[in-house]
Amino acid sequence: MKKSYGTGANRFDALKGVSLDVRQGESVAIVGKSGSGKSTLMHLLALLDEPSSGQVMIEDKDAKTLKGKRLNSLRNAAFGFVFQQFFLTPGASVLENVILPLKIAGMGAKDRRARGMEVLAQLELVDKAKNRATDLSGGQKQRVVIARALANRPRVIFADEPTGNLDTATGAVVEDILFSLNRDDGITLIVVTHDEELAAKCDRRIYIRDGLLVEAVAA
Amino acid sequence: MNVFSIIATAIKNTFRNKLRTTLTVIAIFIGAFTLTLTSGIGTGVNTYIDTQLSSVGAKDVLTVTKKAPAFSTVSGPAKYDPEASKGRVATTQGPPGSTIPSLSAADLSAIAGVKGVISVDPTVTVSPDYIEYATNGKYQLAVNNFASVTKPPLAAGAQLDYQASANQIVLPTDYISSLGFTSDADAVGKTVSIGISDVTGVQHVVTATVVGVQEQTLFGGGAGLNRQLTSELNTAQHLGQAAGAVQLVGSSTVRVDPNATEAQITLIKSDLDAAGFTARTVSDQIGTFKTVIDGIVAVLNAFAIIALIAAGFGIINTLLMSVQERTREIGLMKAMGLSSGRIFGLFSTEAVFIGFLGSAMGCAVAIGAGTAVSNALANGPLSGLPGLQLVSFTPLAVANVILLVMAIALVAGTLPAYRAARQDPIESLRYE
Repeated sequence: MKKSYGTGANRFDALKGVSLDVRQGESVAIVGKSGSGKSTLMHLLALLDEPSSGQVMIEDKDAKTLKGKRLNSLRNAAFGFVFQQFFLTPGASVLENVILPLKIAGMGAKDRRARGMEVLAQLELVDKAKNRATDLSGGQKQRVVIARALANRPRVIFADEPTGNLDTATGAVVEDILFSLNRDDGITLIVVTHDEELAAKCDRRIYIRDGLLVEAVAA
Repeated sequence: MNVFSIIATAIKNTFRNKLRTTLTVIAIFIGAFTLTLTSGIGTGVNTYIDTQLSSVGAKDVLTVTKKAPAFSTVSGPAKYDPEASKGRVATTQGPPGSTIPSLSAADLSAIAGVKGVISVDPTVTVSPDYIEYATNGKYQLAVNNFASVTKPPLAAGAQLDYQASANQIVLPTDYISSLGFTSDADAVGKTVSIGISDVTGVQHVVTATVVGVQEQTLFGGGAGLNRQLTSELNTAQHLGQAAGAVQLVGSSTVRVDPNATEAQITLIKSDLDAAGFTARTVSDQIGTFKTVIDGIVAVLNAFAIIALIAAGFGIINTLLMSVQERTREIGLMKAMGLSSGRIFGLFSTEAVFIGFLGSAMGCAVAIGAGTAVSNALANGPLSGLPGLQLVSFTPLAVANVILLVMAIALVAGTLPAYRAARQDPIESLRYE
C-alpha cells in the first residue's frame, strides 16, 4: 500500500509501499518513530482512509467496494479504538461515554445501558459509571476508553499509543487488560507505538521507517 | 444512530455550554416575543372587526348608490352635466362636502327589476327631537342610520322586523335607565313616544313599541328604527312642505334572499353594476378598515422577522463555536461509524432546538404580557368598545410563530452542521 498527501512539490509520501497481513486473533505492534508513517498505516487498516495505491483486503474483500453505510457499520461493529489522548466527551458521564458506539449503532436505550454496565463491570469501573469522565485519573480514563472500544464486541482493537499518557504502573495495568482481551477473547490487537517494551509483548512486530517496512519480527 | 437518539443527544448538547445557549436563546426570545405580540394585535383587532361584522352586518342587505365618483378626479370644479349633476345629495363617503347623484324613481324601479332583489327602500334620514317613556322625562334621540343594514347583538328582546306594519324601535342599553325602565328586559314591549318637528316647526308625536335592547357596537350607539317607523317619522318631518316637493335620496337599501349564497350576492352586485349602480354590503364597507390594519400589522411583523434573522446569525455563531470545540468528538463519532448525514442531523437538530426554546419562551411570555396589557386596556382606555381584546392569540398563530422560528433556526444551522459533517476524522483525531 502507498499513501501520499498533496501534489507536485508539496507531495509527501507518508507510506512508500508497505505490505502486511494480520490474522484473526493476532496481536501486532506497528513500531516506528513519529513521522515514520505508522499512524497513517493504522488509519488505512482501520478504513479511516484509503490508500493512494494498493488495496486493503478484509476477509478477502477489497475495502474499496465498501462505501458509505456499509463501511460505517463495519467500522462500528468490527473495530474498537483506543487513543493515547482518550477523547472522552467532557461533561458526559462514564457510562454515556462507553455507550457512544452502541448509540451510533442504533441500539435501544435500555439495551445500551445494560451492555454499558456489563463492559464497565469487565473493567471494574461500575462504581464510576455516573462520574464525569473528565474527573477520573489517567489510568481510569484509559480503562473507560477500552470499555468504549469493547462495547460493540469488536473483532479488532486499534490502540494508538495506549500507554503513552500513563505512568509505568497504570500503563502496565492497561497493557494487561489489552493483552488479556487478545488472549482470552480472541480479539485481534493492533498496537501503534514507539515503546519497545510494549511492542515486545505482541505476537508480531512490524517496524516502519520513512514510510517503508524495514523489519518484521515474530515473537 | 436512530432519530430518537439524535434528538436526545442534540438536546443534551444544547445545554453543554449553558451561558452561550442562554444568550442565543435570549436573542431568539426577543424576536419571537415581538412577532407573537404583533401578530396577536393583528388577530385581536381583526377578530373584533370580524365578530362585529358577523354579529352586526346583515348579509342580505345591500346599500345601493348611483355609480359615479364621489369626488371629482379633475382639478378644479367639474363641468355641469344635466344628466349626472342634477339633484346631487350629500354623502358621508369621500371627503367632507362630497355629493353623489340622487336616485330617481326610475332608478329605484330599475334596481327593483334586478333579479334577486326582494325590496328597495330609499334611504331616508329622520331627525327626531326627543324620546320619552311614560312621563319620565324627554331625552334626545340619536338614530342609527345603519340600523337597516345591521343586526346588532341584543341585550334583550328581538331584532327589528322590517316588514312589520307596526312601529318598532330597538334602544341602545344606555337609554334604558334614563328613560325609566328597571331593566333591559323591562323595556321590551313597552310603548315610547317620539317627538319630531315638521318643516314649519310644528312638533308631532309618533308612538313605537320597543322590541329589543342592543349592545354598543362599532357602528354607533343610536337607536334602530324599522321601516314602518322610519317612513312614518319621515312623513311627519315633511308635513307642511309645498305640494309637489321632491325628497332627494342618495342611496337605497336593497334586500335580497336571506339564504342567498356568497356567489348569488356577487351575481346581484354585478347585475346592479351593469345597470349603473354600486352595491355594497356592510362587510364591503368595513373591509377597507381591515386592509389598512392588515397592512400595519404586516409592517410590524416585518420588523419582528428582521429581529429573528439577526438572532439566526447568533445561532450560526453559537453552533460554529460548538463545532470548533467538539472537533475531537465529531472525529471520534465518525471513526466509530457515524455517517456524515447523521452528524449534519445532530447539529441541525441542535439549531432547531435552540430555535424552539427561544420561540416557545418568547411566545409564552408574549401571551402572558399581551393578555395582561389587553385586559388592562379593555377595562381602561378601551372600555368604550366592549368585546375588543386588543391582543389575542390563536393556537394556530402561536404554532406558526414557533414553526417559523424553528425554520429560521434550521436554515441558520445549515452552515455549522455542514462544517461538522465535512470534518475528516483523521484530521480531527490528530494530536501533537
